[in-house]
Amino acid sequence: MLSTLFAVLFYVATILLIVGTGMKVLKYARTPAPLKIPVSPAPRTRRGVIVRMGREVTLFQSLFKSNRWIWIFAMLFHWGMLLVLLRHLRYFTQPVWWWVELIQPFGIYAGFAMVAGLVGLLVRRIAIQRIRYISSPSDYLMLLLIIGIGLTGLGMKFAMPVDIVAVKVFFLGLMRFEINPLPMHPGLLIHLGLVATLMIIFPISKLMHAPGLFFAPSRTQVDNAREFRHLSAWASQLPPLPEGIPTEEKG
Amino acid sequence: MAPHDMNTDDAPKIVGDPFKMPDLACGAMADSNTFKSAPEHNEPLGFPGELLENWQEVAIAKIGELAEKNRAFQVYLDTCVKCGACTDKCHYFLGTGDPKNMPVARQDLLRSVYRRYYTFAGKYFPWLVGARDLTREVLDEWYTYYHQCSQCRRCSVACPYGIDTAEISMAAREILDSVGVGQKYCNEIIAKLKRTGNNLGLNPKALRATLEDLEEDLEEETGLEVKLPLDVKGADILLITPSADFFAEPQIDGLLGYAKVFHAAGVSWTISSYASEAANFGMFIGSYENMREVSWRIRQAAKDLGVKRIIFGECGHAWRVGYSFLNTLAGPFDFLDQNYPIPQHILEFTMDEIDKGTLKIDKSRNDEFVMTFHDSCNVARGSAMGRKEGGQFDLPRQVLKAVCNHFYDMERDTIRENTFCCGGGGGLLTDDLIDLRVKGAKPRMTALQQVTEDHGVTHMAAICAICKSQFTKVMPKYGYEMDSILSVHQLVSNAVILEGQVDPEDED
Repeated sequence: MLSTLFAVLFYVATILLIVGTGMKVLKYARTPAPLKIPVSPAPRTRRGVIVRMGREVTLFQSLFKSNRWIWIFAMLFHWGMLLVLLRHLRYFTQPVWWWVELIQPFGIYAGFAMVAGLVGLLVRRIAIQRIRYISSPSDYLMLLLIIGIGLTGLGMKFAMPVDIVAVKVFFLGLMRFEINPLPMHPGLLIHLGLVATLMIIFPISKLMHAPGLFFAPSRTQVDNAREFRHLSAWASQLPPLPEGIPTEEKG
Repeated sequence: MAPHDMNTDDAPKIVGDPFKMPDLACGAMADSNTFKSAPEHNEPLGFPGELLENWQEVAIAKIGELAEKNRAFQVYLDTCVKCGACTDKCHYFLGTGDPKNMPVARQDLLRSVYRRYYTFAGKYFPWLVGARDLTREVLDEWYTYYHQCSQCRRCSVACPYGIDTAEISMAAREILDSVGVGQKYCNEIIAKLKRTGNNLGLNPKALRATLEDLEEDLEEETGLEVKLPLDVKGADILLITPSADFFAEPQIDGLLGYAKVFHAAGVSWTISSYASEAANFGMFIGSYENMREVSWRIRQAAKDLGVKRIIFGECGHAWRVGYSFLNTLAGPFDFLDQNYPIPQHILEFTMDEIDKGTLKIDKSRNDEFVMTFHDSCNVARGSAMGRKEGGQFDLPRQVLKAVCNHFYDMERDTIRENTFCCGGGGGLLTDDLIDLRVKGAKPRMTALQQVTEDHGVTHMAAICAICKSQFTKVMPKYGYEMDSILSVHQLVSNAVILEGQVDPEDED
């Protein structure tokens, strides 16, 4: 019964995540940028923009320059989470890809790094007056949600082991539209429930910063407005302005 | 910072920290209110004269419209994670301590309303995501705090997602204008420009008289006929310069500098009375249509006069519009000489002449000045110069160093792409905001005091008419003379010796 419920939950969450995020991304991609607004240091070439964005995405370059503490916590969290996610691929692949095997031990440390980074961000949010001022309940809850996912995950690894083979059978089954029994382990159920929640709220929350980053004109535009005329579709439809200088305004 | 030894003179003395974090002072600037525009200021711009009956409905619809028309606005509203990296970057926050002057908090004034009407979470769980209804209080708060943003983009450089508060602030002002709530300073000026071709409302006759007076000054100084041509058909170069260059100090001295450089270079040039303004306040109010109309005058003037090139004088936001937007708004400029950048900045022109060796320069004529350079925000973060990336930082410094013997930069985090706004940009250069302007200048002034202490810097140069006017007004509050701010081309003017120039000093 509960297995079926979780199966449905994960199907729904996956659809909402993919369709919701896809729709948002499509909206961003289709919304025109009427003006060239790259912000310094702005590359003059497409290649330069790719390098810039590469450094933003992998090293959080601007954040490094603007706030070292947030940068440290953000790097711990995001890189930790990436490794953890890649490590989890072993529950969805059979046979497990070699490089996923390779990163298994690192993935475990990454779990701690991820939670440490998140706790750092949460402490900042509470302790620093400026950041507390700009925080809404959802900002705290989002951190708590991901911390919850991390802690239940680490708990299953180190404190209350779960029948991991059965979990894998469940997820491999879902990928073939079969529902196999999920181990009734409280830690696991909380872990999966929180993950599904995260997937569902992703497209309607600030988590959209991940795809949104690639659509920020201030960072993604090439600084070449003098060389190439940039004109948005709606601006090209504006009624033409009168040619010439009205006689009463002639100097 | 290491404690310094009192016995050594060259150890840096700490006069203050430009980044000193203020305590949060909620509501400190809530009463800052710039004068609202009258119907006669709004209507020529295509906005309702007074607050509409159904303003709420119109404003909410406008948010949706702008989100559909401007990717930046849409993405920036959605992607902020409230990390707080921007919170200590705004000069108005550092100067006032009002938390609503933190960039993210300023954005949230509008984002909270966007969420309420345009997002799932905001519609059904407003308390969870800080969404709120658009009430009259909210509208008034927008007016108050979006007129405490100079759209300088320092926060955008700091943001991990490049979120640009200037875009939000421009959108907010456009929404306000679209329901009939405008700012007098900006809207009156745009209306004036549409009537007369410049922000001052100077008619061609008055402009000609002013330029003739300046020609006399130049003749007195040099003994040469250095011209300031107006409406000369067939000239090669059209100079588009802020109208402040015609009447305000130290801007005038910059204009005289351009004239000398043009004279020395032997080029034919002209000013246009129809487009006698580089400034484009359409940008400050976020109105594409108004910005386009103002830019269109430049195209028409260039065509009418039959020029081959367009050069912009020293004006910060004008150069952002010129460099980044002009081709979009009034292009394509296929009728101009394609061998030169369109448009070109006066510093690009002067730098080329220096490189070519056309200018005879005596640096010692600026020896009374120990200089530093204030990067103007719109030039620094919204434009470029020259052929190399970062030219907008390097060219002014190279020109300054070519004409002055004493130059020292301010602290790295307060210059170049991290420069602090002067405190008067973005349509805030009005006397009714003087309290805000003085407070907003504090980070820049503190950085300046530091180089004064360390290197004996006496003067600061800038390439923006707004910066120059702002500093003239606020520098006395920070222990400097009002003429401690100079035009870059004023220093060029001092140092350039024209061929055949009769120097009064030499005659003695």
